[in-house]
Amino acid sequence: MRVELVRRGERSAAMAYLSPLLALLLTLIGGALIVIVWRLSTVDLSNPASGGFFGALQQGFVDYGRFLYVFFIEPLTELWSLEELVAKATPIILVAIGLSLCYLSNTWNIGAEGQIAVGAITGSFLPIFFPDWHGPFMLPAMLVLGMLGGMAYAAIPALLKIRFGTNEILTSLMLVYVAQLFLDYLARGPWRNPEGHNFPDSRAFDGGQVLPTLFDTNIRISLIFVFIAAFAAWFLMRWTKMGFQIKVLGQAPRAGAFAGFSQNRMVLLTFLISGALAGLAGICEVAGPVGQLRTSVSPGYGFTAIIVAFLGRLNPIGAIFAGFLLALSYLGGEGAQIALGMSDQTTRVFQGMLLFFVLACDSFIFYRLQIVRTPTLQTGTVTS
Amino acid sequence: MTGLMLEGILLTIITAATPLLFASIGELVTERSGVLNLGVEGMMAMGAVIGFAVAHSTGNIALGVVGAILAGMAMAALFGVVTLIFVANQVASGLALTLFGLGLSGLIGDAFVGVPGAGLARVSIPGLSDLPVVGLLFRLDPLTYLAVAITIAVSWFLFRMRGGLVLRAVGDSHVSAHALGYSVIRVRFMAVLFGGACSGLAGAYLSLVYTPQWTQAMTAGRGWIALALVVFGTWLPGRVAIGALLFGGVSILQLHAQALGVGVPSQFLSALPYLTTVIVLVIISRNRALVRANTPAALGQSFVPDR
Repeated sequence: MRVELVRRGERSAAMAYLSPLLALLLTLIGGALIVIVWRLSTVDLSNPASGGFFGALQQGFVDYGRFLYVFFIEPLTELWSLEELVAKATPIILVAIGLSLCYLSNTWNIGAEGQIAVGAITGSFLPIFFPDWHGPFMLPAMLVLGMLGGMAYAAIPALLKIRFGTNEILTSLMLVYVAQLFLDYLARGPWRNPEGHNFPDSRAFDGGQVLPTLFDTNIRISLIFVFIAAFAAWFLMRWTKMGFQIKVLGQAPRAGAFAGFSQNRMVLLTFLISGALAGLAGICEVAGPVGQLRTSVSPGYGFTAIIVAFLGRLNPIGAIFAGFLLALSYLGGEGAQIALGMSDQTTRVFQGMLLFFVLACDSFIFYRLQIVRTPTLQTGTVTS
Repeated sequence: MTGLMLEGILLTIITAATPLLFASIGELVTERSGVLNLGVEGMMAMGAVIGFAVAHSTGNIALGVVGAILAGMAMAALFGVVTLIFVANQVASGLALTLFGLGLSGLIGDAFVGVPGAGLARVSIPGLSDLPVVGLLFRLDPLTYLAVAITIAVSWFLFRMRGGLVLRAVGDSHVSAHALGYSVIRVRFMAVLFGGACSGLAGAYLSLVYTPQWTQAMTAGRGWIALALVVFGTWLPGRVAIGALLFGGVSILQLHAQALGVGVPSQFLSALPYLTTVIVLVIISRNRALVRANTPAALGQSFVPDR
């Protein structure tokens, strides 16, 4: 007897929605294992006061309960942490919407983290060189410059792919390191605030150079950009010919080619869109929660967005939900660090596990498990 | 005097090239079987932390190396299950492996930050190590010898042995290989495990030899450079080894340039290995005939046996 994966007659719509939930459940189980093993590793089992192995095991379960609470519930209980959640979700979702389009067309931009950094740099150009400009056009100009910067940086791997056939996965990723180092150089070197007591930061942006907040909270108007971007992407995919081309080229490149759709154009286009959104996310960080150009502007939002894109079914609306969940993992990781003394890397473990499980569960959209009873012949023979 | 300095630089280039060689030879075998595992960076990080942890707690470096190999294989097995059995997208799963590996290694390594490690002593091969110029090639650490041995063995296996022929057949046309009666999934799983073991070794080399300590994200993109090296080497072990030396050279020379203070900001020099990777990839990809000749035709494609 063995279990086989068998292709379904047609795609299962139910599994498409169930798969992220199933993946979340599996991640929680995986998380339990990690917390318990971590607890066991911190306890000196030979010390009778620790209650031995079972005492530690019990402590592990208690810890996991607390872990679940600080990870998923506590951030939602207070206004300031809710605001924080929105602040973290905003850039992640913006980037994820762009990446969804890329991945739908089977183009692999994994360098959003670098495009965020470049967007932050180009957007910061104006407030750093013209600190006195605060007019009504200042902020829009910064945002546009940020988007253009992200676009231009994303165009590099796209053009290299089109012109030379260079693997865009590797080039876009390599450019992340380059962008981060360049940002580090600017923040420590030429763009450092001369009156900043040698801290590696630019001058603090103020007045018309920062994103206004909404309704007496700390939530900034960048949240509105998220909804605009999500709606635009949804509209593009649902109602335009271009959206159709993206889908066809992603699922059946040959069919797309026969229909006269240009693969190269789509590579460039999806890279430009995702680059622009990543650049926007970058400048919104700098002109928002961060408030100045620093040596690093993003704690891995560009990579987290990859997970969000898949968890959100490569759908802009799905990306919003998934983005909030993953933003929660950042706050939860901080909570677990404070409450349990776990490493801040808990967030990344959680995120990596979640993506793994989503991808594995996604195979049940097209396949189902079937138990095959093999006759008492030798196993491994090919039947039918 | 300058001879000594030159010898020192050559030695450091070889030590910088060794982890790249380990990781890229492993990935080469994986890709030759038709599987693209982008999780090299994550497997390396896990190898580095487990290698360091085991070596530190047992006081035995050899055990640390074994632990690193097993850690790399465990990570690879995870990838294998998700992509080969659950036929998930290989690109996305590889990214997941990298994110997961970097995170988990950070979590495990939390206890080892700042703990000094024991380096691996160099081994001189009697007789050969006293030779005037090439002598330094015989005064290296045992893991470097192992890397060279693995490279030669992989080259021999792939092009001189039946098993290698089967592996390449699976990577070029899984449908044909399946029709001939080979178990595509089994061959690929083993190739993935081999890649994991090599990445684990690469990680162990970093945390036990190159810089005997654990720091978070100490792999610093080397896993990605190793992936690029496989393309650079057009899936041929010899060329991959040359590429590893080249990149070892670039990363060491930029370090020396930083130390000398050549008037270029250090960040620009640090960016050199990554920029070189991009440029080299472009140069190689331009010659499409060269790349296509050895690219596994079924690279990145999932296989579900038609029953």
